[in-house]
Amino acid sequence: MAVATRQIAQPRSAAAGEERSSPLDVVLQIVAYLVLTLVAIAMFVPFIFSLTTSVKTPREANLPLTLRRLFWPEHLDFTAYQKVFDADIGRWFFNSAFVAVIWVIGRAFADSAAGYAFARMQFPGKNLLFVAVISTMMIPGMVTIVPKFLILKQLHLLDTYGALTLPFLADAFGIFLMRQFFESIPVELEEAARVDGASRYRMFAQIILPNAMPALTALAIFSFQGSWNAFLEPLIFTNSPDVRTLPLGLAYFRQQNYTEWTILMAMAVITTLPMAIFYLFFQRWFVEGQVSSGIKG
Amino acid sequence: MAAVAARSPRGRNPIVAEDRRAGWVFVLPAMVIFGVFIFGAVLFAFYISLHDYKLLQKGGVWQIFVHPGRTWIGIDNYRDIFNSGDFWIAFRNTSWYALGVVPAQTITGLVLAVLANRKIRGKTFFRTAFYFPSISSSVVISVIFLWMYSARGPINYALIQLGFPTPRPVWLANPRGVIAMALEKVGIDSVSVWLEGPSVALLSIMMLNVWTTTGTMMVIFLAGLQNVPGDVYEAAALDGASRFRMFRDITVPLLKPVTAFVITIGLIGTFQVFDQIWVMSEGGPAKKTTTLAYLVYLEGFRQGRGLGYASAIAVILFLIILLLYLIQRRITEEETTR
Repeated sequence: MAVATRQIAQPRSAAAGEERSSPLDVVLQIVAYLVLTLVAIAMFVPFIFSLTTSVKTPREANLPLTLRRLFWPEHLDFTAYQKVFDADIGRWFFNSAFVAVIWVIGRAFADSAAGYAFARMQFPGKNLLFVAVISTMMIPGMVTIVPKFLILKQLHLLDTYGALTLPFLADAFGIFLMRQFFESIPVELEEAARVDGASRYRMFAQIILPNAMPALTALAIFSFQGSWNAFLEPLIFTNSPDVRTLPLGLAYFRQQNYTEWTILMAMAVITTLPMAIFYLFFQRWFVEGQVSSGIKG
Repeated sequence: MAAVAARSPRGRNPIVAEDRRAGWVFVLPAMVIFGVFIFGAVLFAFYISLHDYKLLQKGGVWQIFVHPGRTWIGIDNYRDIFNSGDFWIAFRNTSWYALGVVPAQTITGLVLAVLANRKIRGKTFFRTAFYFPSISSSVVISVIFLWMYSARGPINYALIQLGFPTPRPVWLANPRGVIAMALEKVGIDSVSVWLEGPSVALLSIMMLNVWTTTGTMMVIFLAGLQNVPGDVYEAAALDGASRFRMFRDITVPLLKPVTAFVITIGLIGTFQVFDQIWVMSEGGPAKKTTTLAYLVYLEGFRQGRGLGYASAIAVILFLIILLLYLIQRRITEEETTR
């Protein structure tokens, strides 16, 4: 939001630039468009390749490339997509979706409650605790993987949905995001409720949360993304195909079927599609969430 | 209403007293997860790194706390790590990786942000396009690039069409150091292993990484640029400053904090690269893509030396990242106070 207001405030400097619209400016403008367009193409092209390869016949996929073949197959062939379902991708898809929903619900609850307490309430140990939570954002996942594995083993949760969800039901970034948001909403809302004699719990459930939809949406998106793409933890914490998620299924499949490019690409497309659709609808949230966490952090 | 007034006769806020308890109730669910799986896990990581603890250790995990003497070996894991060749290979690979990827993604991110910050149409489109790889699954991207780097893939195809040589063996199977290859061209045949440079295989994965993360860095820089007030440039322009001088003397200094942040997340990201290695190269060829994070996995969860040893490597990895962060912060602070 802050970004948008600043853009509106900018025309002054832009106008100043136009006054001395020199040949250099024109050249720079052309260079800018050229470079940005080329890079934008470079960002999409690998995904387009995966789509075109997935609808080739296996024979064509292993022929030497031509420019035409790169972007369009000689014979449209969807057998790869049939084979993908034989490889149980439906199960992986369900697991990925199920785990993602648990992450989203858990964090919407735990992160927003903690974020609210850190934003508005005074309690002993608050500042120390908040610093401790924030500083964990710097800890690489690899550092805690062995202890997490052992704790889950002791809880008899290895190879279950519990291992894929329980350790992730709260996260530092989400708490930070929610705190930033709660600090920005006017205190008057709560003061009105206080006059009515509402407790903090009622205030939170009936006034704060219903007004926190934008932040909760951002939180849900980041949680969904984190869960959907998670690889290291599912790899370490699970073994059986029953709880296999999409990235893990794809990684194992590629390990066993090295050059089945059409099937691998079909799996890549199916894994990417939900995220891509999600992203196109909510791209503002993705990008601005990244920005606000980046700049203020 | 009357009840509220009675509870706070001198206008004292009843909520403040309630908050001392309610605050803890609110943070409790999140802190239970944190206490066990993050704070607890970090302490546990240090503790177990002082033990000889195997993946298939018999008995419950609690025994390590009840009978620590059975597995306690003090700092032996750390001594063994520093004496092992594999650690230094992984350290070297990871260092080249960070040394290549962090500057590349920072500079391209900055350049793209400066270009996109001009008065151009379709800003949202460019932002959306550049950020797309960042939200995609690392496994998916690795599989796609595996195909792109294959012998008959589009990267070799493009090089051949443009008349450039292609690497032999093919990209991800090529263990030769790129600096060593360049030096060979000018007649220097042998260099220390430390100066060979990243292997062609590692370089392939580094390029994939830059492709993936440049968009994230660009988006962060773009937000930083939009915080730079326009009148600073106007004043500079009135003084007759050139475009290049304005960029060097205004844009770059004002972007210092953002740059520091981009470098920090870059270092944290590159020092824990794992997914791409697992999918694309499994540490090979000839261990030339074995990174520190991948070594933790190999030693802990493959036929390695066990969880205690793996945890000790993980602790070292953490300390390296912490050290780099502190150095980076010191440099930024010195420059801003000067």
